[in-house]
Amino acid sequence: MQNTKARNTSHDPFPWALTLTGLTVWTLLYRSLLPFWDQVIYGVLHQSENTPLGRGVHFFFYDTSKILLLLTGMIFTVSVIRSFFTIEKTRLVLGGKRQGTGNLLAALLGVLTPFCSCSAVPVFIGFVSSGIPLGVTLSFLIASPMVNEVAVVMLYGMFGMNTALLYVLMGLTLAMLAGWVLGKMRLERHIEGFVLQAQLGKLLEEEKPSWKERYELAASETGSMVIKILPYLLIGIGLGAALHGWVPADLIVRYAGNESFSSVLMAVLIGVPLYSNAAGILPLIEVLYHKGLPMGTLLSFMMAVVALSLPELVLLRRVLKPPLLFAFVLVVTGGILITGLIFNALL
Amino acid sequence: MNISVLGPGCKNCHTLKDHTQKALQALGRTEQVESITDPVKIAGHGVMRTPALMVNGQVVSMGRVLAPQSIVEILKQHAD
Repeated sequence: MQNTKARNTSHDPFPWALTLTGLTVWTLLYRSLLPFWDQVIYGVLHQSENTPLGRGVHFFFYDTSKILLLLTGMIFTVSVIRSFFTIEKTRLVLGGKRQGTGNLLAALLGVLTPFCSCSAVPVFIGFVSSGIPLGVTLSFLIASPMVNEVAVVMLYGMFGMNTALLYVLMGLTLAMLAGWVLGKMRLERHIEGFVLQAQLGKLLEEEKPSWKERYELAASETGSMVIKILPYLLIGIGLGAALHGWVPADLIVRYAGNESFSSVLMAVLIGVPLYSNAAGILPLIEVLYHKGLPMGTLLSFMMAVVALSLPELVLLRRVLKPPLLFAFVLVVTGGILITGLIFNALL
Repeated sequence: MNISVLGPGCKNCHTLKDHTQKALQALGRTEQVESITDPVKIAGHGVMRTPALMVNGQVVSMGRVLAPQSIVEILKQHAD
């Protein structure tokens, strides 16, 4: 901490050499993955491309290394970008905004601002007591866990670019609209009284970090995140590989594979009480997808799991009275339901 | 010195408390680290990013799991 004090902030050149080297190494690795595993599995290990075993093994190693590499690059980049955002700055930006533009901005900042879901209540108090409208605050709190880099990379790695982009778009729209609707409902009187009277302590002024510090922080963030995700990834891709060649794909389609309202509703109702993050839920999604469940149903299941959870609702109950909490659950669940139906229609 | 770790009790908060205790040991001090887990009190100290570290009523770090060495440096500054 105190080494930042003496630093001359005007002289902090961007680390071009390091960035370009990193980018080159990453690109070369990414490019050589497919030829490398082709060579190892079909060449050295003499597996055939035409057997389920050969394909399954190839799928496991190639996909694991591809997603790991993507995750590393993405988490690092996002962490560096996020080092320019803080929850305090976000609060300042949202301070003067009304419903509407405020909701859009809150949803976007929910994605960009580094934020741990265990701080949801302090953030809620900090936002609302400084005059940010309730609906805008809720847009922020909905977007933040739902649209995150791990979800995006894993969706991209498992299902491709279109699914990943659509998920981001839908997540942002949902966060924006749900917050907007809740704001229109005039539920402010159902916020616990002490929140509005909360006296915020003096906020700590922090020194601007240098590029070196941003990179170091991003590197340690990437390391701990990848280690956290790795077991889920291995299980997910392992199951995916097992299903790759062996399980008849249309077995379950006949039963759970319809795209109707009731199947999406079912998925959301099962998803809400479950508590997990994107990394934990995606392996399950991939398995169910290979078994033939429609993508819209699965994505709304995933949204329900990451955006709403019982532990989070218990925490939010500290600041939201039951009618407001109920409205929150209802609007977000309804939004996820509609999103799922749209996904099913589009994908 | 009055030292508290602010956070509702997730893994990061425990790690920060652990690191703070290590830092105190390294300095040969005997203070106890207090945990403030009530989200309302946390917000009352102006903290929106957890875990946070507070020394003598002053927030010195937010949203970071500091390494024990960094905490040693901070504590040295605030030692009376």
